[in-house]
Amino acid sequence: MLTKLFQSIHALAFAAVLLLATALPAAAGPFEDAIGKFANDEFSDTDEAIAVIAASGNPLAYSIISALQDGRLMADPDAKKIYVTQPDGKSIDALSGAPVASIPDSVAAVRLNNRLRRTVEAALGSLTLQSPDPAKRIQAAQSVFKSHDAAMLPAIDSALQRETNKGAKLAFSEARAAILLFKEDATDAEKLEAIATIKTRGDQEALALLTGLSGEQPPAIVRAAANATAAIQSNLAMWSAVQNAWYGLSLGSVLLLAAIGLAITFGVMGVINMAHGEMVMIGAYVTFVVQETIRTSYPGLFDYSLLIAVPLAFLAAGAIGVLIERSIIRFLYGRPLETLLATWGLSLVLQQAVRTMFGPNNREVGNPSWMSGAFEIGQITVTYNRLWILCFTLAVFAILLAMLRYTALGLEMRAVTQNRRMAASMGTATSRVDALTFGLGSGIAGIAGVALSQIDNVSPNLGQSYIIDSFMVVVFGGVGNLWGTLVGAFTLGIANKFMEPVAGAVLGKIAILVLIILFIQKRPRGLFALRGRAVEA
Amino acid sequence: MLTQPTHHVAKPLSRRRWLAATAGLILGLSAFTPAKAADDTIKVGVLHSLSGTMAISETTLKDTVLFLIDEQNKKGGILGKKLEAVVVDPASNWPLFAEKARELITKNKVAVVFGCWTSVSRKSVLPVFKELNNILFYPVQYEGEESERNVFYTGAAPNQQAIPAVDYLMKDEEVKRWVLAGTDYVYPRTTNKILEAYLKSKGVKQDDIMINYTPFGHSDWQTIVADIKKFGSAGKKTAVVSTINGDANVPFYKELGNQGVKATDIPVVAFSVGEEELAGIDTKPLLGHLAAWNYFQSIKTPSNEKFIKEWQAYTKNPKRTTNDPMEAHVIGFNMWVKAVEKVKSTDADKVIDALPGIEAPNLTGGTSKMLPNHHITKPVFIGEIKGNGQFDVVWKTPGLVAGDAWSKELEGSRDLIGDWVGKKCGNYNTKLNKCGGQGS
Repeated sequence: MLTKLFQSIHALAFAAVLLLATALPAAAGPFEDAIGKFANDEFSDTDEAIAVIAASGNPLAYSIISALQDGRLMADPDAKKIYVTQPDGKSIDALSGAPVASIPDSVAAVRLNNRLRRTVEAALGSLTLQSPDPAKRIQAAQSVFKSHDAAMLPAIDSALQRETNKGAKLAFSEARAAILLFKEDATDAEKLEAIATIKTRGDQEALALLTGLSGEQPPAIVRAAANATAAIQSNLAMWSAVQNAWYGLSLGSVLLLAAIGLAITFGVMGVINMAHGEMVMIGAYVTFVVQETIRTSYPGLFDYSLLIAVPLAFLAAGAIGVLIERSIIRFLYGRPLETLLATWGLSLVLQQAVRTMFGPNNREVGNPSWMSGAFEIGQITVTYNRLWILCFTLAVFAILLAMLRYTALGLEMRAVTQNRRMAASMGTATSRVDALTFGLGSGIAGIAGVALSQIDNVSPNLGQSYIIDSFMVVVFGGVGNLWGTLVGAFTLGIANKFMEPVAGAVLGKIAILVLIILFIQKRPRGLFALRGRAVEA
Repeated sequence: MLTQPTHHVAKPLSRRRWLAATAGLILGLSAFTPAKAADDTIKVGVLHSLSGTMAISETTLKDTVLFLIDEQNKKGGILGKKLEAVVVDPASNWPLFAEKARELITKNKVAVVFGCWTSVSRKSVLPVFKELNNILFYPVQYEGEESERNVFYTGAAPNQQAIPAVDYLMKDEEVKRWVLAGTDYVYPRTTNKILEAYLKSKGVKQDDIMINYTPFGHSDWQTIVADIKKFGSAGKKTAVVSTINGDANVPFYKELGNQGVKATDIPVVAFSVGEEELAGIDTKPLLGHLAAWNYFQSIKTPSNEKFIKEWQAYTKNPKRTTNDPMEAHVIGFNMWVKAVEKVKSTDADKVIDALPGIEAPNLTGGTSKMLPNHHITKPVFIGEIKGNGQFDVVWKTPGLVAGDAWSKELEGSRDLIGDWVGKKCGNYNTKLNKCGGQGS
């Protein structure tokens, strides 16, 4: 089937021109029969239809199969008619290519399962080997690399000869190597060369290909494959250390973001705020509301939704923070146990309030396009959302540090926390500063919620999962010291990620807790202890 | 500057204990039910968490029972009496489940209780139902290895969900390597034990099985998804069987989508992800990942379409989803109604004896039957996630599958059966021909 397909590719280009001039007459033939099969709603029929259409050389083959992949191929089960809805929303008849004014309401997209999706990918790969877009050619070569179908060899060879794009050339030569490696009648020399090419590729797919090679090969080939496998594995092992470090940084940034607000309310002010997690949750719900408004009213702004949500979340959570401080916490200064109980009760109230307002289910917060997907550095995958969160966290940290250092409010905050009575006697309105400091800490928790909504669920329970971790980070880093929080968060993140592959997620977490308890026994004031008279107060 | 209390806070245990103590106090108030004793109604207890971590799943089930009672009352109730719902909130707190169950039975005098989600909450209320001799309908898929006289299991046993799903992957997707990933508690652990034994009986080697557990609410999936990718690169078709439960699913699927693990390469089949859970995720990157259930909202049968329409009208939300445990409550409720009408009494002993053999239509076009082991017959469907947050059924069992109370794959339970009709025993050992064989 696929050899025919290769011949058909040439026909395709010419026929595409013809298509514009005339719609093909609907005479019964294999192509017409195949199209009809889509209406049967049976996976086996769809499978046969894909094979026939891909090999038919019909100019509509590409648009039919790509429509099938995207769920745009519509079947009318009663009239046995098949339509292609094009990306611009207009429809054509799949048989003739003629535009159709409107398609009946009874149509449904032709269904696929995973096996068929793979068939479709392979068929599309063979149809797009000569696409003018290099990215599409690379994608096509990749799908051939995965399927390594021997029938594709001539097509790949000719594509390789004509290829000028460097990346596409490499992809084609890798696809060629993959085919040769599995081709029964390839010579030993060809196979050895193929192994060398695949070894240079060196990623997990190359490894999958090499380990999937059957044992019935000449000893020289088996040895070369084993050597290449070992080389790729040791290379990947090195990368996995880099990967763990990156994951650790990423986890650390999430911990830091969640803990940074607490470092102010608990670390600087000494308030054990159990409702801190709920401030994070409120930030996440602000993001949800912003996105929902944008979705219904201004869909074009979706990519900016997070930028809009950040200041709003800060204000919302900050305002609630000030309210809490004024109405509850200010009466409880110096009574840690009561503060703990009151804020913890408050956290339940806030959770249930949100649950009543928004319902108990998760709310969908989408990733804007610049935060979706991933890119590869060497052999590690870096996801954009994690990368942005790391940058965002560091920016928040820097701004906060600068604020404490260089603004009047920052100066007052430091004065009040270091020596409240002295500050008061110098004319600082300490109660106002308390409210603002608490509001600042809560507001920062709110913007943490905006970022966390991108990786976690937005549900009333969101905050609960972060409160323990946040206290852990602040206590470990040293109460009252922002730099301690920074170092503490990244240390815990990286330690966790290096421990996880060895001990598993559950044991890893327990081990971290035990280590922190031991550490606190040794150094009760954390990594960076504050010194001086303030500590004794 | 406060340093003293920090030790106090850093330990998660202290918080947990406060939870237990105060949750009852605060939330008990909200669950207060007016004691207007009326003898002309039959009371139906609803024991689902409306607050706390499980509220996400259980609130819908509470609404479902209220909806069913409403519908039944429109038809005139049962035995000439109206039904009256008694709703309590056990607040995702397992000991509180037992307290609330006791309150429902002794104080409110309910005839039957529909409730529980997690296995631990079911285990917590079991002694109460036994002692006070009442009836519990449990609507969630669970790990099996249990058959109690007072409990009717309308959710799937492992052989009605996990085993058919693995069969599908083995035959249709030709999967050779398996990742069993789950949340660290009893349901995933038992299910994975059963699956591991089953896979090995089908000739899968130990090297080709990777088992991974994560804590509840796990949110950082980077390492595990990378591990899965690595495990899948051994040249054999790999699939993930996920018993990950609750909130942890959203970050898991987000990470899968972002790291580009596509269903065509490594499909993930989940047993705890339904329409409700998908509501919080953008499902476009997840196209083709699978779930195994006994019901999907997308199944087109007249009874399902009618149910969805009435449910959405009742909740006044045209987008409200339906899911598998809801269907289980529908079946269980209808079975209970039929049993009560058959014996013309709500007396627990009479209804328990009448229930086995009772049939009720399910929403997917078949008729489910209550078996002597207090499980029911159900069809099994495999659905693929679609871009709109719904599932597309790609495979189903030819007929209805009878639920096994005791797994045939496990050493300790192979010879056990539950039979409350002939043997009057939940763990009858067919080898030794006596009641009281050992459990799991």
